[in-house]
Amino acid sequence: MLLLQTILSGVLIGLVYALVAVGLTLIFGVMDIVNFAHGEFLMLGMYASFWGFALWKLDPLFTLPLTALLLFGVGAALYRVVIRRITDAPMLSQIFTTFGLMILFRGLAQYFWSPDFRSVEGSVLTGKVAFAGLQFGLPQVVAALGAVATSGAVWWFLRSTRLGAALEATAADKEAAALMGIDAQKMFALAWGLGAACAGVAGALLSTTFPIFPEVGASFILFAFVLVALGGFGSVAGAFWAGILVGVVEVVGGFLWDPAYKLVLVLSLYLLVVWLRPQGLMGKA
Amino acid sequence: MLSVERLTKRFGGLAANEDVSFEVGRGEIIGLIGPNGAGKTTVFNSLAGFFPPSSGQIRLDGQPVAGLPPERMAALGVARTFQIVRIFKSMTVLENVMVGAMLHHRAVPAAIGKAREALRFTGLDRRAGDPASQLTVAEQKRLEVTRALACEPRLLLLDETMAGLTQNEVQEAVELVKRIQARGIACVVVEHVMEGIMPIADRMVVLERGRVIANGPPRAIAEDPVVVAAYLGEEYRAPGP
Repeated sequence: MLLLQTILSGVLIGLVYALVAVGLTLIFGVMDIVNFAHGEFLMLGMYASFWGFALWKLDPLFTLPLTALLLFGVGAALYRVVIRRITDAPMLSQIFTTFGLMILFRGLAQYFWSPDFRSVEGSVLTGKVAFAGLQFGLPQVVAALGAVATSGAVWWFLRSTRLGAALEATAADKEAAALMGIDAQKMFALAWGLGAACAGVAGALLSTTFPIFPEVGASFILFAFVLVALGGFGSVAGAFWAGILVGVVEVVGGFLWDPAYKLVLVLSLYLLVVWLRPQGLMGKA
Repeated sequence: MLSVERLTKRFGGLAANEDVSFEVGRGEIIGLIGPNGAGKTTVFNSLAGFFPPSSGQIRLDGQPVAGLPPERMAALGVARTFQIVRIFKSMTVLENVMVGAMLHHRAVPAAIGKAREALRFTGLDRRAGDPASQLTVAEQKRLEVTRALACEPRLLLLDETMAGLTQNEVQEAVELVKRIQARGIACVVVEHVMEGIMPIADRMVVLERGRVIANGPPRAIAEDPVVVAAYLGEEYRAPGP
């Protein structure tokens, strides 16, 4: 019973990891650019929730749609202002650019909001959910459900809408897509907006349980990269399933062995997959 | 409908096209031929909006369009295919064509309907559900044409759609181009396969080293000594009278 409880706890946190990675893999899949500043989108989502709560007593759960919109705007604007200029640049320039943005966002957050740990206390999301002898924190359950809903919405959007098809066409061949009347610039901005919104929603969902500080993105970005590679670069479904797998391995490994070694287990799993199946679980060879 | 006026495109000091002028009427088939490196694909790239011409003008129904980006050209009714097929390999055949149909049909069900109609027109409908990567080369070329047709163009630019096809497949491609013309769509066809283009072209435009050296009906072009020399080299020129 305790093991089942642990596995399900792993699934819950894994779903949130998955949402962060879905955003990252979406940007990579469409543009072939690795966004090192992705964790900072999550950080901004957390601070948006925090300030909404601290200034206006608005619960992070209720400001979540606004946080998503805000981060969509941040992502799309970042594309228009910065990323647009490096789409055809050498990979090293792209890495330095997004890495620089990561440092910039952290610095700005420290400057304006101080390096202190903050938290949202007194959210509507408190208490526990009991189910068939198992117990879970309500914030964790809501975060997981929110992450599933958001990932699912992104997946549906990509599969079943005109813009989703246009995005996939641009990812496959932006010049051929342009001949179908698709403006690649708009699609790239859309990908950045959606990617940032995913991370922002994850940040909002985590804001009631996780400390909020300028470097908080670092705790998640490493896992997000692992998931993107594990699931197959650019594969949204792959990142999602990899998220659940990594969450379970992390929590169950920490439970059975020692929490100090959970990162060792996750990264060993990553090495194993990259070794046996370099294209990732759902990537194309 | 389309008029190309003194189109010039330079890459650095090299002129890929120089003073290229020709006209395409509604529903006409124009064969664009010339030796390798004559600048045929450069003409296509300028027409499709892939890069702005260095000078000269392109008019669609009198409206100047030179320098517009490809997505604007597509919206104005110019579609093209590539010498080496560029279908969306990760998608199914139907999804590929839907991306084209979505240019004018925003609702997904309408786009599906339009895409299926285009697939029936080109005879690819029974492969609609297959991944595009599983098609044969001839089918992939046909898919690219279908996808372009789904954009409902007025002008279709076909870049060597018959290269590498068997005799039968060339015949099928010729039939398809004629049926496209019958729909009132003008076609500019770059082609090395002469038996494919000669019988169907209303006029031929011959490029050599970036310039138009001949422009006229296929029969006249085939006998034009300038064209013969361009293809076979000076020393093979037929002895003069």
